This record gives sequence, structure tokens and C-alpha cells, in this order.
Amino acid sequence: MIPGVSLLEILTVSTLMFFIGVYGFVTRRNLITILMSLELVLNGAAINFVAFNKYLYPGQPAGQFFTLFLIAVAAAEVALAIAIVINLYRRIKSVEVENVNTLKH
Amino acid sequence: MEGYSYTIWIVLLPFLVFLLTGVSSLRIRPQLAGWIGTGGILTTLVLSLYTAAQYFLASAPPEGGWPTVTPLDFTWLKFSDTLHVHMGILLDPISVMMLVVISVVSSMVHIYSLGYMKGEHGFARYYAFLSLFSFSMYGLVLATNLFQIYFFWELVGVSSYLLIGFYYDRPSAVAAAKKAFIVTRFADFGFLVGILLLSWHSGTFDFAALTNPDGSGIAEAASATFMGASVLTWALVLIFMGGAGKSAMFPLHIWLPDAMEGPTPVSALIHAATMVVAGVYLVARLFPVYHMSDGPALDIVAWTGAFTALFAAVIAITQEDIKRVLAYSTMSQIGYMMMALGVSGYGAEAGLGFTASMFHLFTHAMFKALLFLGAGAVIHAVHSNIMSDMGGLRRYLPLTHGTFLVACLAIAGIPPFAGFFSKDEILTATMHKNPVLYGVALLVAGLTALYMFRLYFRIFWGEDRRYEHTPHEAPAAMWVPLMLLAVLSTVGGFIPFGHFVTADHLPVGSHLDLTIALTAGGISVAGILAAMALYRKPSAQPDRIAESLGGLYRTVSRKFYIDELYQAVTKKVLFKGIAWPVAWFDRNVVDASMNGIAWLTTRAARAIKGIQSGQVQHYALSFVMGTVALAALFIYWLKR
Repeated sequence: MIPGVSLLEILTVSTLMFFIGVYGFVTRRNLITILMSLELVLNGAAINFVAFNKYLYPGQPAGQFFTLFLIAVAAAEVALAIAIVINLYRRIKSVEVENVNTLKH
Repeated sequence: MEGYSYTIWIVLLPFLVFLLTGVSSLRIRPQLAGWIGTGGILTTLVLSLYTAAQYFLASAPPEGGWPTVTPLDFTWLKFSDTLHVHMGILLDPISVMMLVVISVVSSMVHIYSLGYMKGEHGFARYYAFLSLFSFSMYGLVLATNLFQIYFFWELVGVSSYLLIGFYYDRPSAVAAAKKAFIVTRFADFGFLVGILLLSWHSGTFDFAALTNPDGSGIAEAASATFMGASVLTWALVLIFMGGAGKSAMFPLHIWLPDAMEGPTPVSALIHAATMVVAGVYLVARLFPVYHMSDGPALDIVAWTGAFTALFAAVIAITQEDIKRVLAYSTMSQIGYMMMALGVSGYGAEAGLGFTASMFHLFTHAMFKALLFLGAGAVIHAVHSNIMSDMGGLRRYLPLTHGTFLVACLAIAGIPPFAGFFSKDEILTATMHKNPVLYGVALLVAGLTALYMFRLYFRIFWGEDRRYEHTPHEAPAAMWVPLMLLAVLSTVGGFIPFGHFVTADHLPVGSHLDLTIALTAGGISVAGILAAMALYRKPSAQPDRIAESLGGLYRTVSRKFYIDELYQAVTKKVLFKGIAWPVAWFDRNVVDASMNGIAWLTTRAARAIKGIQSGQVQHYALSFVMGTVALAALFIYWLKR
């Protein structure tokens, strides 16, 4: 609970972060930038968890636990995704997403 | 009654031989397979004769007539508490008699084939099939119930099919095998429906229950009616249809002449002595039921038999192929047996027809097998089936000639040969029942003598021709069976059959009716003399007679165009009228609807497959938009 800041303002920030992330995920061409956008999406969601926990159910720590869990999952996901990107680069010498489209009809 | 448990081996032994020679037919030395098969069948011959001796000769018939013994009866298939199928062995006078017939003829054929089929391609296969046939035929005659008889009935059909088509590289043999199978199979459909009707209403397959003389087994079937006749009558007529198919009764006879494509010993065994009399045996087996049915079933049997006897005898006169003459003669004689069954009553003197029929079955098996085996020896010597290629053979084949003459005299009904006695009983039985049938029977007796001696004179007398290869007498493996069968054909008639085989198992004394014996004998002698006048010396007389009969002769020699009629019916009615529209419906409605659904699916798939682009971002975008859409839906429209 931050004095002088309402829940709505925090949610506005987190929503902005989330949609900036989505926008980046859809429009970027470089796989690394796409991963970074994904981090924004995840962090936007994490802010929501903490904010709802603090403002609406201050006695219950469940939201914070989820946030911690989310950070751990994000770290693992990044490790995995980076490994995939590196392998992809070794294979096709590129990290542009247009070149990774063999899985189609 | 104990002490018959060994009879199981009569059935099992040929089956084991079949498995042994059949499985190893390509690896085993052919001659060895022949010896194994012959050894197996000779063992069953000994067992069968022993059974017959134990059954008939060991003691005088007990007070209540010859007993019905079932040394073996076990549940083979159990569908429910009320419906179960048994397999077993049933010994009563007719099955014991059939055991003797089958084992004797089959043994003779096995021995004969060692010589006749020597060096033939597929010799081991041939013996395997013969064993299969013997197994099925033993199983058929020893059946304790309708289902078992049906089971083995189909098995003999299969073995017949396999043996007719033995020369499978010959298209005519393949066609004949198919024809035999399809025609008899068609008849068996009637048989099956008859069995189901009868057992549905009586609640049992078992012969002992069905033929119970107080009629309790069939009371319900006799009381229920369908289309003006009792269900029992329908069932019996349908069962007779099965018998008519196997026994080549008109109009289901068309397969038998073609079946002569098989090896000659096979014709002797299956298509003369044993399998084709299965129909007669079937009617005899169910004879008490036929007799109790009070319907037209027995009359149908009698008239079908009489008509076939006459019809086939007329055709036999015009045929040129010796095996076909014999085939038509077989049909005619089986018609005789059917007729005798049809005119028979039940018990004591009235049951003469039944005894006569079984007696004729017995003697006919002996002399007809002899005729076929003799014909085989002739074919073996001159390498042709056609009578015009023969003549004057008595000088080259003295043994065959002698035995063939015995068989011809036996079938023509000249005393003291076997056929005389059995034919006399049939004639007596028909005379007491129906003068028209008696007239037909007498006419057939004359015709039989005529066509048999036409055959005899044209083969062994007639024109003295020069042969490219001098015909030589058959090897010992062939003439020994001929001799044995000739002896049986000579003395077989002296068996007091009425003492052993009657409809109600009670012995009756049989006696010769002198008037009938003289009439029939006279007619037969007339037939023989006519044949002698026409065919003993080469002459143009037969051709002139044929010429003067014109169209009639042509019709008869083309077998009354029955084959053509069947062709027309199947082609025009079955193929054009039914098969073609059904095929059209199948192609254009059933198949087409399925193809249409498949076409629609591919079309739709092709139209929308571009959505799967392989670009992760496209997927992500649609995912996000879908989420937004769902969120909007929940927030704005579904809010309470």
C-alpha cells in the first residue's frame, strides 16, 4: 500500500506494461526483443498480483507468493528460451522470426 | 450298450491322416502319402466291419428291434441353457450300414488310386483330400443331431469341391468345381432354414428326440401352420431341398455331370457311391419324422425321385462321354432310392420301401463304384472319355471287361446279381403304393438296361479299331479293387436286408415277388437285347434312329436345355434384374455419398489451411485478440 497512490493508478501502469509487451511481441522481428517483450507481459501481471493483494486482501499473502513464483518461472523460461534461440542461431545463422516458419501447412 | 467306444477312431483316423499328409504334402514322398492314406482307410475299414459284426452278428436282434447306440455324445458349443450343439456318434442299422458302404468303397478307391493316379502332379494332395472326404463322410453318417449332420454336410461339400477341382490348371475343372459348390450350397440354404424351423418348433436338434415314434418331439411343429401347410411340412420340404442338392435331384442336378471333371476314382467315391447318396441318407435318417408329418413331404420326395429317375435315364441314352453316361445313371438310380423312400410306410410290411431304398443304396454303391473304376481303367488304357474313340476293347482288357460286365448286369437287374434284388424290392414297394410310379419305375428299369449295355457294347464290342498305343490291362493296384467290388456286386443281393435295416428297427422277412421279378427281369432283358442289336456290331442303325427323332433327340442330347435355362435365368434375371441395379445403387448412391463427404472435407481444408502460417506472431496475435474478445464478452454482455 503506497500512501497517495490509488489502486487504479497502479493498474493503469501495469495494463500499459502488459499491452506494450503484447505490442512488442507481435511487432518485433528479432527473437531476443520478443523475449524482452514477453518479460514486460509477465511483469505487468506480477504488478497486478501484488497490487490486488496489498489493496484488497492485505491480510492474505497469496498474491505475493504468486509473484515470487512468477519470477522463478520467468527466470526458467528465459533460460530455456535463450537456449532455443542460441540453438536456432547455430542452425540457421539468424534470429529473425520470419526465418523460423517451417512449421506450417 | 457298452463296447463301441473305439468307433471314435473311425472318424478321427482319416482326419489325422488328412492333417499329416496335408501339412507335409510338399515335403513327403508322394508314394509314402499314398501308403499312409491307404493304411489309414484300411484301418477304418477293419474297424467298420468289426462294428458291423458286433452290432448285427454278435447277437440276434433284441425284443424291441435293433438298438440305437450312442457311444459318444458331448456338448460341443453351448450358447445358452436351451441352445447347445452336440457332437457324437450314433449307431443304428442305417448308420452301421453306411459305415460299411463308405469304408469299403473308400478303401477300394484308395487302393485303386495308387495305380490310377501314379506319377500325377499333386499325388500327396490328392490323398490328403481323400482322407478329408472320408473323415467328413464318416462324421456325416454317424451324426447324432441335425446340426452335426449339417456341419459334416458342408465338409463333404468342400472336399467334393477340392477334388472336382483337383486339376486346377484346367479351366473346365475349375468351373465344374465352382458349379458344384454353388449349386449344392444354394440347396444347403434350404436345408439350414429347414433345420432352424424344425429345431425352433421342436426345441431340439437331436435325432433320437425328433424321431421318437410317439411324435412328442415334433408335436408343436406339426400343429403350427404357415401358408396352408404345417410348419413341419415346410421344414421337411426344405430339408429335402438340401438332400436334393447333394443327391443331384431335378432341378438341382446340373452340377453332377460337370463334376466328372475330377479324377475318375473321385467320381467313383464321391459322385457315385457315397456323397451323392447323403441326401437319401438324410431323408432316411429323418424318415419317422417324414412319415409322421401327414403332409405332402413324402409325396414330394417320391415324385421328385421318380421324375429324376426317368429324366436322367433318358438323357443317359444320348450321352457320348462314358463318365457322363455313368453320372446320369447315378442320378437315375438315386432317384430310384428317393422314390422308394417316398412310397414307404412305417413298420413291418409297409416299411418295405425304406428297406428297399437302403438296400439299393448299398448295392448301388458297390456296382456303381465298380462301373466308375472300370471306366477309369478304360480311360487309363485309351486316354479318352469319348465312346467313339473306343471299341473292341474286350480283347485288350479282359479283366476290366469281365468286371464291367458284372456291374452292368447288376445295375440292369439281372438275377442273381445284386441290383436285381434291391430293384425288385423297390418295384414291389412302389406297386403297392401307386401304379403310376410303378410304371415309371419299370420304364426306368428298361432304360437303365438299354443305356448301360449301349455303354458296354460300344466300349468292349462294336468296331474293331486300331489303336495308336495298344491298350494294356491296368496294374494290379487297379484290378484288385475291381475284382473285390465285382464279387460284392455279385453276392451283395443275397444279404437279407429286411432282417437288418427297417424303418422301425424291427426285422421283417423279405421275399421275392415272382410276378414283379419276372416283369422287371423281362423288361431289363428287352433293354439289353435292344442295345445288343444296335451296338454289338458297328452299324448305322443308331444314327438313323437319332435322325428320325430329329428335334426330340437333339433336345435330349442337350440335356433338355436345363443348363441353358439356368444360364438364361442367372444372366437375364439375376444379373440384369437384380445384380446390375444393386451395383448401380452401390456405386452411385452408397459410394458416391461417402466420396462426396470426403470431397467436401478436402475442399474445406484447402480453403482454410492458409491460417496456419508458421509465424509465431500470427498465432500470438490471434490468441490475444481472442482473449480480448472473450474478456469483452464477459464484461459487457454476460454481466448478470
